[in-house]
Amino acid sequence: MNKQFDNNSVGDDGRDYEFCASHDFYGHSACPGCGEKILFRHMLDVLGPETVMVVPAGCAAVTDGVFPHSLSPVPYLHVPFGATASAAAGVRAGLDMTGRKDVTVVAWAGDGATFDIGMGALSAIAERNENILYVCYDNEAYMNTGMQRSSATPRGCWTTTTPKSRLKEEPKKDIDAIMIAHRIPYLATGSPAYLDDFKAKVEKARDTDGFKFLHLISPCPPGWRSDPSDSIKLARLAVESRVFPLYEVRNGVDYKITMQPEQCSVSEYTSCQGRFAYLKSEDSERLQAETDQAWAELERKEK
Amino acid sequence: MKKVISGNEAASIAVKLSRVQVISAYPITPQTTISEKLSEICGSGELDARFVKVESEHSAMATLIGASSTGSRTFTATSAQGLALMHEILFWASGARLPIVMVDVNRAMAAPWTIWCDQTDSLAQRDTGWLQFYCWSNQEIIDTIIAAYKISEQLLLPSMICYDGFFNSHTHEVADIPDQELVDSFLPARQAEYKLDTKDPHTFSGGTLPSMFMEFRYKVQKAFERAPELIESVYSEFDQKFGRRYNPVESYFVDDAERVLITSGSSASTAYHTVRMMRDEGEKVGLIRMRQLRPFPEAELFRAIPKGALVGVLDRNLSPGTGGVWTQEIRAALGRNNINLSLHEFVAGLGGRDISENNIREMFAGMKAADGKRQSINWIGLNR
Repeated sequence: MNKQFDNNSVGDDGRDYEFCASHDFYGHSACPGCGEKILFRHMLDVLGPETVMVVPAGCAAVTDGVFPHSLSPVPYLHVPFGATASAAAGVRAGLDMTGRKDVTVVAWAGDGATFDIGMGALSAIAERNENILYVCYDNEAYMNTGMQRSSATPRGCWTTTTPKSRLKEEPKKDIDAIMIAHRIPYLATGSPAYLDDFKAKVEKARDTDGFKFLHLISPCPPGWRSDPSDSIKLARLAVESRVFPLYEVRNGVDYKITMQPEQCSVSEYTSCQGRFAYLKSEDSERLQAETDQAWAELERKEK
Repeated sequence: MKKVISGNEAASIAVKLSRVQVISAYPITPQTTISEKLSEICGSGELDARFVKVESEHSAMATLIGASSTGSRTFTATSAQGLALMHEILFWASGARLPIVMVDVNRAMAAPWTIWCDQTDSLAQRDTGWLQFYCWSNQEIIDTIIAAYKISEQLLLPSMICYDGFFNSHTHEVADIPDQELVDSFLPARQAEYKLDTKDPHTFSGGTLPSMFMEFRYKVQKAFERAPELIESVYSEFDQKFGRRYNPVESYFVDDAERVLITSGSSASTAYHTVRMMRDEGEKVGLIRMRQLRPFPEAELFRAIPKGALVGVLDRNLSPGTGGVWTQEIRAALGRNNINLSLHEFVAGLGGRDISENNIREMFAGMKAADGKRQSINWIGLNR
């Protein structure tokens, strides 16, 4: 059952900036060091109680709690795996038709639900410019079912379906480019290591009409074979190595890199994760070259 | 007001009269003209509804899952492959107790490709937890959709209204279109007890353990067991308001009948015509028309079957490896009630093949006294 929220933390502008802090946020069953729960909590701090969540199968579905318990302080609608985007469009339509246009509808889905099984429906709501905030917490594999590869899994990565004998051979699908090609009003990337940057983007997304897409890097200690206490460090190294650059794009054309920390090498990011333990030196060099090329491309687009 | 309309126009008119708030659909023959008409009346403002134009039927039903969870009244229509693509979400709709109403314009399932009628598409969804109604006229399509909203919203179960592709969907006939005020008095705005509400936040359809899941399914079954009484009261009120009486099972010329055919949909129209002709010729034949598959109206069916009559079932569908679905359903109900009655099983009209007056006569001629042998499928109109 959802807990009622208190109003102790309402700011001068009437918004509940400490919404989740004031709400105990107790009892989730996520693994220690899970990026998703940190991101969820801080997103809700910005969005506040006038929010409805639409959540497909995945980590966020099972870690919210087992019936009748639920961690969420806002309405939370579970939906089938490939149904996220369409169900969110239905929630939007239903709220609009019953006089609740001011409520923010958030689709909150992992990379499997977003890059793979929900891709067609995601493309459809982007093309229709539905007034929805779609957030992908990307832990780069089907972590909830036990670390199977998704199209978000990086090249050279170990998963249970890309075992040591056959590591993933294909590069990660460029979901941002796909969404940008839909010329959506707002797209941004985010990391739990840069919360101010993330929260500013949630606020911009909330205040933008039409379709918004946030792509978040979400460290996963069991899947990444990393230490739970390293999650924030890894979320920072992902940005510093430029494997996961922080930027935003308006209307598919207006690029802005929002964080330019001093660069570290890709191997600094990969070396503390067991999932990259089987990378050979030439694979690492290739990853570094691809990352540098993508960053140069991003800088070119920003100009 | 009486108008000459097609079956699909009848469905659109009923959606408008029911003041549906969210519609979502994807084009598929022979449903498409419903979507086209609804697009027009939503576009012009004649109906104040949001029409979400999705990229697949899976998404059409998923959209209604979201919309219905907000407390809105919702509608979609589909056929065949589209209905099959929704299969996963159909279970979700009933498990989440959402009173979604959908039209399925019956069309055979490919392969090979066909756009023509049989009922295999909707009958294959019998285990998904949807109420299922079968219509034979455009009047019945209008009236059943309006009644279905009232039934669904009280039982918290979704409803599927089925009628035959082209034979019903594209055939024009006279229908009496009810006044909006009268429909409003029969079907007030939906009042959802549970919905997505930021003032009263709840989590819906979250994970359950083996210690809980069975109780959810038990409650769905209990709702189906309550359905016959509720459906009866809704049909009575409908009759009082609109002057048209409906029943889950309709029977014609059965009182003294020696041979009875059970069927549904447009096949029943042809059978009705044939039975009247045969009655004029002095044959003691009768017709029973199934208007409902779920809940299965066994009490009404057994009341309609005359004592001692030979009984045949006309199935415009096939469950390969067993036979016609209506036959299987009726046999199961007979067994459940310890009634020893031999059924003649007729499979005909698959993939839109005509079921003619002669075919129906052939079925009556084929009904012979039970000889204790195993009954097998009688294929009617098959080119061997």
